[in-house]
Amino acid sequence: MNDLNLSNSVRESVISPLNGLFWPCVRSAIFVVVVTGVIYPLLTTGVAQRVLPQQANGSLIEKNGVTVGSAVIGQFFTDMRYFHPRPSTTMGPDPHDAGKMIAVPYNAGVSAGSNQGPTNQALIDTVAQRVIDYRKINDLPANALVPVDAVTASGSGLDPHISVANAQAQAARVAEARGLTFSQVQQLLTQHIEGRVLGLLGEPRVNVLILNIALDSLPVSADAAQIIDK
Amino acid sequence: MELNLLDFAAVLATMTSLAVIMGRWLARAFESKNHWLVERLSYRALGVDPGERMGWARYGLALLLSNAAMMALGYALLRLQSVLPLNDLGNPAQSPDLAFNTAASFITNTNWQSYAGESSLSNATQMVAITYLMFCGATAGVAVAGAFIRGLARTSSQDIGNYWVDFMRVLWRVMLPLCFVMALVYVWQGMPQTLSSWTIATTLEGVRQQLILGPVASFETIKHIGTNGGGFFSMNAAHPFENPTPLTNTLHILSMLLIPSALTVTFGLLLSKKRQGWVFFGAFLVMFTGFLALVYGAEQAGNPLLTRAGADQVISSTQPGGNMEGKEMRFGIADTALFVTTTTGATTGSVNAMHDSLTPLGGLVPLAQMMLNCVFGGDGVGFINLIQYAILTVFLAGMMIGRTPEFLGKKIEAREIKLVMLSVLVHPASILGFTALASLWPDTGASLANHGPHGFSEVLYAYTSGTANNGSAFAGFNTSTPFFNTTIGLAMLIGRFLTMLPMLAVAGSLAAKKTVAAGPGTFPTATPLFMGLLVFVVLVVGGLTFLPALALGPLVEQLQMLAGHLYS
Repeated sequence: MNDLNLSNSVRESVISPLNGLFWPCVRSAIFVVVVTGVIYPLLTTGVAQRVLPQQANGSLIEKNGVTVGSAVIGQFFTDMRYFHPRPSTTMGPDPHDAGKMIAVPYNAGVSAGSNQGPTNQALIDTVAQRVIDYRKINDLPANALVPVDAVTASGSGLDPHISVANAQAQAARVAEARGLTFSQVQQLLTQHIEGRVLGLLGEPRVNVLILNIALDSLPVSADAAQIIDK
Repeated sequence: MELNLLDFAAVLATMTSLAVIMGRWLARAFESKNHWLVERLSYRALGVDPGERMGWARYGLALLLSNAAMMALGYALLRLQSVLPLNDLGNPAQSPDLAFNTAASFITNTNWQSYAGESSLSNATQMVAITYLMFCGATAGVAVAGAFIRGLARTSSQDIGNYWVDFMRVLWRVMLPLCFVMALVYVWQGMPQTLSSWTIATTLEGVRQQLILGPVASFETIKHIGTNGGGFFSMNAAHPFENPTPLTNTLHILSMLLIPSALTVTFGLLLSKKRQGWVFFGAFLVMFTGFLALVYGAEQAGNPLLTRAGADQVISSTQPGGNMEGKEMRFGIADTALFVTTTTGATTGSVNAMHDSLTPLGGLVPLAQMMLNCVFGGDGVGFINLIQYAILTVFLAGMMIGRTPEFLGKKIEAREIKLVMLSVLVHPASILGFTALASLWPDTGASLANHGPHGFSEVLYAYTSGTANNGSAFAGFNTSTPFFNTTIGLAMLIGRFLTMLPMLAVAGSLAAKKTVAAGPGTFPTATPLFMGLLVFVVLVVGGLTFLPALALGPLVEQLQMLAGHLYS
């Protein structure tokens, strides 16, 4: 068997187990904090800020000089003219009573999931209510099954994406509210489907914020404008 | 469906090739006679002699004392948060019991968190306390695995290496370079890396949205490569800033598996028994694949109660279907299932979905893997745990044929078996003992987020995660009470050191033995038969010990779910 001595000038240790370990242990704590807690993150920050400043600062999206959000963080939409994101269970302080926490969907200051288990009555009741609301908003038949991502809360509460099925189910409602033709919205939606990475990883999905920004910049068609006028 | 299976196959194939490369690199780091310049400077800074040979007791003490010093420093820095810089949000310092819990959790590679990162830590403490302790715990774990393998490889020797050399080599040759490169890939994919703490966006609907930023990428790398798992943000790797794309998700998975899988190759190289190394790798892989199939199947099948409520859980080309509660759209079911299996197999504890919201059988998988604690296992310790089961396997095989068992050419005798059994028994004793205590504790009910069998699963999960040094949680369960902070903290320390130290003693004991030539009565351990037997022993020992507890939690809940029984 090969000998795995670490150095040729090894010194046989006749030291008792504890002897001389105190200061090296204290020094190791200080030395390693400087290397891994200070130098490493600062060096990484320096290089990242120089080479990839857009992503390193949060992938922020600007519109007319105003930061409207981050490309990777979801935000809340209730307007009928926009595609709606998945349910979010994040909380925030009540504006009327700072001591009280209330539901503030897509509060990126404190991420949160529901953490409700599969046999939790509250979870099933909440989902059933969301299904009813979703059918009503999108004018779906009363027995239509709703894409599961549209009625379940994400893990982070900040999910920026919805499934393609979920987006398609909302397209007609968005077109009507905006006075656009269905095919216009459908076309824009198709352009905004993000595929699997390398054709393999993850799921096909639609980034709600980016799609809604694209919707806002779409010109209203002549046909649709006439319909609105009437 | 087919794409999902192809996804799994591609990830596991990539893991295998990376294991070979990293395994060789680690073997060189453990064996090399040359010190790098930075390493020599490190020894000088520490005031240690890299030539000193350490017996297992001295090696273990160096590990224990330096970790204690690191934990104390981490504790102090957490307590001083309010006077440290980079605290734009003005977060107060952690309380004494919380800071103790946090420091103990991160130094033991558990990374259980009783706090929400983005709303309570500053960028300074995320760096100098959390990132720092993650490096310490993981590097120490790999160093000990190196000493352990060396102990198995040596004959008639009193020393198993030098702790400082092992620690510094793992730090400088593996952890730091890998983390630096990976951090830049992560930033490219959309992870923030800045010293500023926040920015404000005005959403399209005119609402103010506060975005929390910080040195996230440099944190995420060591979190996964080091099988640590504590989140920068409360929702961990489900948070888009911690895991922005399916690519980062896959890199997280490969990072977690990297060192645990590579150590089987390192072992094969250092002992000149490559086949034996692959047998261990195979045992890991068989268990991993089985658990992956279970959680993927359960989550894809979904929750029948959601279908009854009107949700469409059928997989199609336009949606992943399945149980999407607590999951992120970009990962869907398949990449979530792969992450769940990896994070609890490799005892990282990072989560990309809320485990509390998994289906009962889906939630059983992380529980069972942490109970077995050797489906790849954490950096260093996973391999040591598997060897512990391997020694148990040759012992049982030896009993059956009435001969003194041998393992790797060494006689396994009473002393080794006693130490192995101490390590094997401490794990379930801590998990089941604390769970029993908590089940009787009058205030436990108030901490539960879910009731019925799922409530019991929440308690069981907390102590399993703590003892296995995992750190993931059924996170609805509120553990920030003095009772839970203390008992889970104790479970973490017991789980870490009362399994690591006995096994280090086994290594020391085996290193001192002579090699015996293999005879006709020797049970060959580098065969598929031994692999099967090893997996069998792991499952039977784990199964017999934990099955009653699992029956009370996830198994009952599965039946209740199918029967449509709800708990409020």
